Amino acid sequence: MLRGMETTAMHIANGIVDGPVSAVFAVLAVAALAFCVRKARNDLDERLAPMAGLVAAFIFAVQMLNFQVLPGVSGHLLGGTLAVILVGPWVGALCVATVLIVQCLLFADGGLTALGLNITNMALLGTAAGYLLVAGLLRVLPRNARGLAATAFIASVVSVVVASQGFVLEYALGGTTELSLPWVSGTMAGVHVLIGIGEGLIAATTVATVARVRPDLVYALRRFRKQASVEVNA
Amino acid sequence: MGAGHAHPLHLDKQSPIHRLAPEVKISAVLLFTIIVVVTPRTEFWAFAGYAVLLAVVAIAARVPALWLAKRATIELPFVLLAVALPFAGQGERIDWLGLSLSLDGLHGAWNIFAKGTLGVLASLLLAATTTMRDLILGLDRLRCPTVFTQIATFMLRYLDVLADDARRMRIARLSRGYDPRFLWQVKAFAVSIGALFLRAYERGERVYLAMVSRGYAGRLPHADEGRAPARQWITAAALPVATAGIALAATIGS
Repeated sequence: MLRGMETTAMHIANGIVDGPVSAVFAVLAVAALAFCVRKARNDLDERLAPMAGLVAAFIFAVQMLNFQVLPGVSGHLLGGTLAVILVGPWVGALCVATVLIVQCLLFADGGLTALGLNITNMALLGTAAGYLLVAGLLRVLPRNARGLAATAFIASVVSVVVASQGFVLEYALGGTTELSLPWVSGTMAGVHVLIGIGEGLIAATTVATVARVRPDLVYALRRFRKQASVEVNA
Repeated sequence: MGAGHAHPLHLDKQSPIHRLAPEVKISAVLLFTIIVVVTPRTEFWAFAGYAVLLAVVAIAARVPALWLAKRATIELPFVLLAVALPFAGQGERIDWLGLSLSLDGLHGAWNIFAKGTLGVLASLLLAATTTMRDLILGLDRLRCPTVFTQIATFMLRYLDVLADDARRMRIARLSRGYDPRFLWQVKAFAVSIGALFLRAYERGERVYLAMVSRGYAGRLPHADEGRAPARQWITAAALPVATAGIALAATIGS
């Protein structure tokens, strides 16, 4: 979950949450991802594999780029909300999930039995919260580069915090040690608000850059454009 | 490109474990990890037994202990959490060297430390003995949905390309005399991420068109239908069977 320093990139490990709860969330994650595949096919049809593959490679590459926040502390982007704004919630969730699976199997980052938990938090909860906010905010904010940047910032912060609270929920259900939940929740939220602000600043600038150069590629804007043209036709 | 793309954790060696089919190894590691996680945390000697099993695998795979230890530091944040638990935990407390520690917290710390470490070591052994391409092949043979194996294949194939794109953009920026290194200079970093996305997406479109012009219709051809021989399954089953044996012996014995 905590992705602060470069050598200790880490998702939930084995043994933090007990077996039954991990299994339930694994089933939940599989079902939700199957649904995402169906919806993603609507967005990309047979282009799905190459396009989603390249977007997943983009997220992965972005997570490898470290940026110095303070001397000795460097962070990197998580990219969930960024992906959701650029390629939509379904493809975005699929890409983040693929990145998590490969990180677990090839980089030993995150426990095998915790894969369902990690996917639920970051690929499902985080992206869902991010996209719902984006869809809502873009109704009120101006649909240009600046409005999109503000949207990206807010959605990133909320998305990262919601994902961290997903862990709190899982810990409440199947935590292996009794801890005061408000304390866990507060600590996770506090740390992730800081991570989210960094995430949001970078995501906002990134999205604004793409929106200025190729606005047609930004999924969040495309939706409104399509709607507008349908209304004109009707 | 398709052949033996190395990844940072792969140890290119010859060993009986390296030669095992990937689907066999993935299944063995998954079963091992599940048994470790469901073992009650107070069966202390069962965990020692699991560690011995992993040591045997590591020796057979010719993976040096130091290499494993160094890579296992990825687990450090959770070790820190484990250290905090005896102080933050609730319930019955014991006094040790003048410190008041929660018994439940101590057990919880042990639980996270033991299960986390065993899980990371098992994953590291899998990654060290399996190439990226084999891993995807293994997932494919284990009936993982093709959408995922395809996305993962493209991702891993183009990851190096994109990382190189990012490196070139950074060098271009440096050679023009700008080296952003503080938080308030984050804009240049973010703009280059935007450029990286455009390059990735446009590359994706080009790759798709190139595939269509070679007859792609939404399905990749299967490279080979070779399956792991039963002998390999039996060899690899030794790990989960021994693990289950230890777990059973521990729970019956107590």
